[in-house]
Amino acid sequence: MSASIDEIDRAIIAATQSGLPLTTWPYDVVGRKVGLSGPEVRRRLQRMLEAGIIRRIGAVPNHYALGLKFNGMTVWDVADEQAAELGAQVGALSIVSHCYLRPRHLPVWPYNLFAMVHGKSRQEMDEKVTGIAALLGGAARGHAVLGSTRVLKKTGLRIAA
Amino acid sequence: MMNGRLDAIDRAIINGLQGSFPLSDEPYREAAEQLGIDEKTLLEHLEQLLNNGVLNRFGPMFNAEALGGAVTLAAMVVPTERFDEVAQTVNAHREVAHNYAREHDLNMWFVIASDARSDIARVIAAIEAETGLEVFDFPKEREFFIGFRVEA
Repeated sequence: MSASIDEIDRAIIAATQSGLPLTTWPYDVVGRKVGLSGPEVRRRLQRMLEAGIIRRIGAVPNHYALGLKFNGMTVWDVADEQAAELGAQVGALSIVSHCYLRPRHLPVWPYNLFAMVHGKSRQEMDEKVTGIAALLGGAARGHAVLGSTRVLKKTGLRIAA
Repeated sequence: MMNGRLDAIDRAIINGLQGSFPLSDEPYREAAEQLGIDEKTLLEHLEQLLNNGVLNRFGPMFNAEALGGAVTLAAMVVPTERFDEVAQTVNAHREVAHNYAREHDLNMWFVIASDARSDIARVIAAIEAETGLEVFDFPKEREFFIGFRVEA
């Protein structure tokens, strides 16, 4: 999925990455900033959405403010030949916010499937881990849950546009 | 808890508007209709939710990698007595976006994001040189479809 965006798309990204204007005609307001009509802004946003450059458009909640104070990185050791299928199943769980395959670093790190879970309490998070363990069953040869004990740095990912 | 201050309309907005915001001429009016409220009410609630930090943002969520950027997850085994010093060294790199202390031998986990993959290798090498500790690189090999929506 490589990017096929031009300078005009980049200008639209720069004008919208901190949010859409809260006004009746937001796309026209963006258009005025970048020298396009509202319909042209919408057409380009639609194309970026279809190309996966935009994941979605809408509200981006602050997990912490909504009471999801516990996040856990759950990691699982599953056989490579099953990893894609199992990853898709785990990623489809409504309790998992991110799900990736990443390399192992043996012997320190035998895990290849990473799934982030969130909860309002430690107990709620643990229940979610149990749900993933139940789904994976015997396919998981080992797992660990790495709770976060401290946020050391958090800045938004900004796209240079 | 901030959650307690949300009213029914706030919850409907958070639960119903995490995606699929219309790309139409008057999108707030259209979205409001789907929620059974009027445009003015939606705009007022969104403004308040943004001001009090319940929403980080309202708008498009971009995929940095699809834009040609590079992101990796990295981790280190940091001796307890050096933890704060190493955290400072790691965080001083502009490309380090998030950094978390976690419960494991690998006890420091951070995201490195940049415009180019070559920057990632450079930052990892710099952190290893500055700290004398090994940085384990966990680049994403595959990402799975995420249907996750936070519920308010």
